[in-house]
Amino acid sequence: MAYPTECRYTKDHEWVKLDGKRARVGITEHAQAELGDIVFVELPAIGTSVQKGDNVATVESVKAVGDVFSPATGTVVEINDHLEDAPEVINASPHEDGWILVLEIEDPDELGDAMDAAAYEAFLAEG
Amino acid sequence: MTTIFDCRCGEGIGGLFPPLDVPERGVDRLLGEHLARKVPLRMPDLSEPQVARHYTKLSKMNFGVDDGFYPLGSCTMKYNPKLNEEMAALQGFADLHPRSNVSASQGALELLFELTGLLRGIAGMADVSLQPVAGAHGEMTGMFLFKKHFETRGDDKRTRILLPDTAHGTNPASAAMAGFSVTEIASDPAGTIDLDALDAALDDTVAGIMLTVPNTLGIFETNILQVTEKVHQAGGLCYFDGANLNSFLGKARPGDMGADVFHFNLHKTMSTPHGGGGPGAGPIAVSDVLVEYLPVPRVVRAQDGFSLDWDHPRSVGCVHSFYGNFLVAVKAFAYILQLGDEGLREVAENAVLNANYLQQRLKKTIPLPYDGLCKHEFVLSGKGIAADVSTLDIAKRMIDYGVHPPTVYFPLTVREALMIEPTETESKATLDRFAEILERIADEAKRAPELLHEAPHNAPVRRLDQTQAAKHPVLTYPFGDSETPA
Amino acid sequence: MRYIPNTSEDRREMLASIGVPSVEALFSDIPGDVRRRFEPIGLAARSEMDVAGTLAAMAGRNRQDGVCLLGGGIYDHYVPSVVRHLLSRSEFFTAYTPYQPEVSQGTLTAMFEFQTYVCELTGMEIANASMYDGATALAEAVLMAERIRGRGMVAVPASLFATLRHVVDTYSWAADIEIREIPYGEDGTLDPSGIPEGASAVVVQSPNAFGVLEPLDGLKDRIGDALLIVSVHPLSLALIEPPGAFGADIVVGEGQPLGLPMGFGGPLLGLFATRKEHLRQMPGRVSGRTVDADGHVGYTMAAQTREQHIRRQRATSNICTNSALCALAATVYLASVGASGLREVATLNLEKAHYLADGIASLAGFERTFSGAFFNEFVVTTPESASHVHERLTRAGFAVEAPDGLRERGLDNALRFAVTETRTKAELDRLIDTLGGAE
Repeated sequence: MAYPTECRYTKDHEWVKLDGKRARVGITEHAQAELGDIVFVELPAIGTSVQKGDNVATVESVKAVGDVFSPATGTVVEINDHLEDAPEVINASPHEDGWILVLEIEDPDELGDAMDAAAYEAFLAEG
Repeated sequence: MTTIFDCRCGEGIGGLFPPLDVPERGVDRLLGEHLARKVPLRMPDLSEPQVARHYTKLSKMNFGVDDGFYPLGSCTMKYNPKLNEEMAALQGFADLHPRSNVSASQGALELLFELTGLLRGIAGMADVSLQPVAGAHGEMTGMFLFKKHFETRGDDKRTRILLPDTAHGTNPASAAMAGFSVTEIASDPAGTIDLDALDAALDDTVAGIMLTVPNTLGIFETNILQVTEKVHQAGGLCYFDGANLNSFLGKARPGDMGADVFHFNLHKTMSTPHGGGGPGAGPIAVSDVLVEYLPVPRVVRAQDGFSLDWDHPRSVGCVHSFYGNFLVAVKAFAYILQLGDEGLREVAENAVLNANYLQQRLKKTIPLPYDGLCKHEFVLSGKGIAADVSTLDIAKRMIDYGVHPPTVYFPLTVREALMIEPTETESKATLDRFAEILERIADEAKRAPELLHEAPHNAPVRRLDQTQAAKHPVLTYPFGDSETPA
Repeated sequence: MRYIPNTSEDRREMLASIGVPSVEALFSDIPGDVRRRFEPIGLAARSEMDVAGTLAAMAGRNRQDGVCLLGGGIYDHYVPSVVRHLLSRSEFFTAYTPYQPEVSQGTLTAMFEFQTYVCELTGMEIANASMYDGATALAEAVLMAERIRGRGMVAVPASLFATLRHVVDTYSWAADIEIREIPYGEDGTLDPSGIPEGASAVVVQSPNAFGVLEPLDGLKDRIGDALLIVSVHPLSLALIEPPGAFGADIVVGEGQPLGLPMGFGGPLLGLFATRKEHLRQMPGRVSGRTVDADGHVGYTMAAQTREQHIRRQRATSNICTNSALCALAATVYLASVGASGLREVATLNLEKAHYLADGIASLAGFERTFSGAFFNEFVVTTPESASHVHERLTRAGFAVEAPDGLRERGLDNALRFAVTETRTKAELDRLIDTLGGAE
């Protein structure tokens, strides 16, 4: 698949879409395929502060648990609570309707080590 | 699948108990209106024929070791000798109350004492506790011993447990129950512990390491003595998960490899039945340095017989209501007495021979990531058999051929893993037949993959929707609903 | 060797196929130093007949001819013959954990039934498919409450069985949870004014170690937002209002009275039930209803992401093997007795225990130590040394628990008696006479 170029990607298979100081976060097509049918999403509370690398949310399938790691330091300002009733949206639309949360981040430069779409595709190809 | 709650209910069937032979005072008078039950009890009253039919029918929807080949890796699904069942049913054992006076329990205490001695010898270690009732329970108890040991020495820096990335899930879960955090050590390309990674991880915050020997890939850590020495030198302790003891029984002892705690799974190695998920028994053997922390009470022998000894002030306390799973211990005891040293040795020799034979035959059909001498089990990878066929599909198709699938998707370090442990109680003919079955399935995967995708076809149910079960848990009978769930 | 089907011919062929000269070559991966240190245990192989004889003799050295009045969580109950018979089907007892649900519908359906029975008895919404025993079930309930509330302290009654208290103490020490004790009053019930504030959970055992039934109404409202954990006697729940009706958050118990032999204390059966909202924090396996590819109802393991094989160090518990076959025994027992049979056997326990209690209390110098209502177990104060009385009863062929346990609780001259449906009026009368008679 061709990964959206406006996002950056982490090696833990999160995508990040930056809009000023707001970062929208989700998991990639690859991640949802690996997990299988998603049955539950554990979302953080709005207002939660996180450090870069903290486990900020959890995505569960029948047989696996996928941790979502915060790509930067900041505060959770929005969560996709539609996922509470319909976690399968992440499978159907991981990059659009399946977004998980929005962070207000302090330092956009922290995202510097995330990959662009081409680099992520190459990373996946390495397997 | 009808449940007991779907069976047509009778009324007040009775016939089990004689009538009250003391003057009746009345439930309401004795308990008071206040305490008496008002919430209805929705339990069907059934005749005995209904009960017998229902559970007989259920049993036929199960697959046990007596039904066919059951090569579950790391589970050691060996044949369960029926002598064990008879011995555990002896009235003198089954009908003995655990709070009986010691003088009335000499036979039971003797059995526990003798079994403790036998397991001590098999482990080659200083002492044994029969109290833990499952492997994970033994792991947890071992972690409690570690914690107590460092606490007693005033060493509060040691908060980490190291374990390989091939460790069984109970290992880190047990460490966590003792308040330890876990650090994973990568395996080297041979599938064994990377000694450099181990060196890098060892420091004075490490309480110890949890190892499975041989590991969950079925590979023996040839560097085991170096591993345990390094950990000991760094001030840590070594826990050995004994799930795979079937591979070196009668040939080697964990005490000789540097283990400080070793747990037995009596329901694996010592032939006691798995029971559909338990009860098992997970006794632990310990090295000198940990003896004083073992759970109480301990069974001791004195001049006038056997008794229970609670006088161990440094003990971690109790991890079970009483003395462990006594009736399971009876079965293991009977088994070890039958086998003797010669039999124990033959178990490992035949288990390892069967596994290596099967491994060599199967690697032509399904990729074998670690192609070398294995012990009692080995891991194949279903990846690449055919483009859109998974290990899960292969496993479900095996059911149609009358064998139980092996362990799948474990260990986590192998993609699409299939972990196969034949055990010593299978014949060469069974192994050959299994190899033929896998050859056919691999062929079907290429020619007619839908046979695998839609498998099983010949089981009591077709493939079950686990997503539905996880998303909308229905964990009790829906009284009052007449429909089945959407 | 009896359990190994391969012949030497088979072994020769297999070695040739592998390409090694001998079986010993297959153990070359074990370091020589380790091989050299090996010592056998010094046991010769023995025949089945021989071993059976040895074990029968050992079993014979346990005395069960004493009339059993022992209790403390484990009781001498009558097990219907159909229970043992159905349990002996090898499809049930030689099967493994139902990881492949399509070939495990027997186990999974029975687990679902067991979970339902436990919820019916306790008045709770969900239950797991068993823990090891009532003590570890209570310990895990304490850990679960701490995960949910995080206050670092749990309050337990002084009237908890010592067997439960010891295990709770060990697990809580390991998890850094402080345990505080709630005293009991003169009638043997919990003193609610003694409940400390700020606990993650308050534990109540009913009937308690003195056999006394704890009144639960209003208790949940008095403990703030601490979780209410109740440890029960499953048989008593046939007659008394279940903890679920009083707002209990977690209910645990020892299921041995439901069709299990006493077995010198193991295997036992841990019961564990809670509210649906706590499913994700509940330990242990659960079986859930679903459908197969053809739309037929079937069962499978559900909510597995709580468990160790998936969540590893973050699992709700490390439990893997549980007490599945014992849970099956309890399920078959409950199916065999049904609601009316369960009420019947519980009533027999209640009435016979009260008959004995009244009979003993009518003797000079004897009295019931606590006045609270009770089910099938009670404590009496003896006119003379409880040890002497105990000796007298033992000599007369009654198995009664030694008074040490009660003495350790500060109750001198006290004995505890448990009476089940298996005790006859003749036995009870003889016991009363023995106590009443001169030395």
